[in-house]
Amino acid sequence: MTLAPERPRSSARTASARPPSRRGTRTGPWGRPLVYLSAVVLVAVCMGPVLFIVFGGFRTNSQITTDPSGLPGPWVGSNYTEVIASSEFWRAMGSSSLTALATTAGVVALGLMAAFVIARYDFVGKGAMYSLFAAGLMFPATVAITPLYLLIRNLGLTNNLLGVILPQIAFALPATVIILVPFLRAIPAEIEEAASIDGASRLGFFFRMVLPLSLPGVITTGILAFIGSWNGYMLPLFILSDPNLFTLPLGVQNFASQYSVDTAKVLAFTSLSMLPALVFFSLFERRIVGGLTGAVKG
Amino acid sequence: MASTLPVAPRAETPVPGRDAQASVPAPASRPVRPRRGRPDWRKRAEITLLAGPALVVFVFFVIVPVLMAAYYGFFRWQGFGPPTEFVGLQNYLTIFQDSTFRDAVGHNMLIVVASLALQGPLAILFALLLNQRIRGRSLIRVLIFVPYVISEVVVGTGWSLMLQDVGAVNDLLGKLGLEWLQQSWIADPAIALGTLMVIITWKYIGFAVILMLAGLQSIPDELSEAAAIDGASFWQIQRHITLPLLGPTIRIWAFLSIIGSLQLFDLVNIVWGQFVSATAGTSTMATYMYLNGHMAGSYGYGNAVAVVLFVISLIIALIYQRFVLRRDTAGAITGGKEKRR
Repeated sequence: MTLAPERPRSSARTASARPPSRRGTRTGPWGRPLVYLSAVVLVAVCMGPVLFIVFGGFRTNSQITTDPSGLPGPWVGSNYTEVIASSEFWRAMGSSSLTALATTAGVVALGLMAAFVIARYDFVGKGAMYSLFAAGLMFPATVAITPLYLLIRNLGLTNNLLGVILPQIAFALPATVIILVPFLRAIPAEIEEAASIDGASRLGFFFRMVLPLSLPGVITTGILAFIGSWNGYMLPLFILSDPNLFTLPLGVQNFASQYSVDTAKVLAFTSLSMLPALVFFSLFERRIVGGLTGAVKG
Repeated sequence: MASTLPVAPRAETPVPGRDAQASVPAPASRPVRPRRGRPDWRKRAEITLLAGPALVVFVFFVIVPVLMAAYYGFFRWQGFGPPTEFVGLQNYLTIFQDSTFRDAVGHNMLIVVASLALQGPLAILFALLLNQRIRGRSLIRVLIFVPYVISEVVVGTGWSLMLQDVGAVNDLLGKLGLEWLQQSWIADPAIALGTLMVIITWKYIGFAVILMLAGLQSIPDELSEAAAIDGASFWQIQRHITLPLLGPTIRIWAFLSIIGSLQLFDLVNIVWGQFVSATAGTSTMATYMYLNGHMAGSYGYGNAVAVVLFVISLIIALIYQRFVLRRDTAGAITGGKEKRR
């Protein structure tokens, strides 16, 4: 409140001349117990329910009934081993993996090509194309799901993973295109001119230069598409009714209603189903944050 | 477009088979912009080849279904064979006369407002916290994003087990000596919507924090350093420097949050099930559509609900873009004005 509008700017110049090490003295690494306390509380709140699911899988049903919020005592591995031994789990795992990988490949391939056109070609209707994808960003599958189901049924693709994969690609395209366009714009025109002088066609430029240079953006959008597909619930719910084709989300729900008395086993199944997305995310967490930074800056 | 077509063959070298070499003579005559030297038909073929597949898939699976919904919505139709029983606007009249639909819209609106009011301030606080230089920062970041990364089904299954009357939450409250706080979290219509908000906040705050962190990282450190040297307190710096500069990020997040709240389906359907959500007071437009369209086999009606959902979302999106997001074209200037006041 005491800040005059002009002062931060003028003193910013003088501050930049000073060594940046001043920063460290203001917020010493252990200097703020309150910051650490709130960080611990935050992590506990975020992880509590997740740990409930994971630890619950290591308990017996009688343990869960007598002490719902307790820790495993003794630890029981049989729930997890039974789930891992069941064909139901691996079928769902297979469906989810196939769907997620195909969706990711399709989204990245189609999205990269469309983003390349928007970023590096001049043509009538370019703005309209960008707006079309940007508008698609506003409408997730929910609004289109009822007619989409009818369309898929007319194509004969219900109870077929393709019936999930193709719409998933379509609905993931807007975000992919919007995130990739800035990456592709950032490739300097000089590189393209140099490639052109060296005899590369625009398509050659696309495969030899654009693909490697936009890899960070591609990885970001690929992970987002993978996780989105892995966690997708509504589309498989409408399209798949054959339990043999169920993806993991449907499998979890089916398992939970089928074994509703066996809470411990449901928790084991649930925690195993979230593992792949979690591994993927923790491996590429920096990429995701970095990619979103680029998208927000536009 | 058609008028430029005859030009293309003239610009083309007489060797149509060797496409890659065709552009080589062009840089010699026009060294600055080699792009212009390319024949027009070739450029158009490239555009079609590259953007075509994405456009076809997008239009076929996103745009066409929405248009189909608008058509089917005028029929009474069980979804078999072509729709024949044209009922005009009857479906829409039924929708707006149905008090359970109006309830669902009300729930959606409450969820929109509560999501903004709960997640916005919390996400900014958490992002400020995680932007500090503290030990284990990157681990904390990964951990608080975990709820966002795991699926709605996992979240719904886990929370509904925890929130049972004899579940972990009530048990924990009992252990802490807070028996008076024990509730029938899911079944009691008086608090079910509040329970839903807790789950939603827990699930989606990670995404808000990712966006806010990304926004914070694009703000140069020099500004707050300079203010600190001038004697501004930590909170003064956040209020007068960080918050205005974070404005564009907050407004984009709020937009995504509003759209997400209007389309909410998964969590409600998983925790409450398709039949209970209406009586528990947590139904949304999407669960109404699923129950009364898909589950009831009334596809004409279901499509009409889809159209209403689409139009409501579109109107809110357009209003938001017109009055809120428009400022972001001049984001820095707006921030400056606020400071001067």
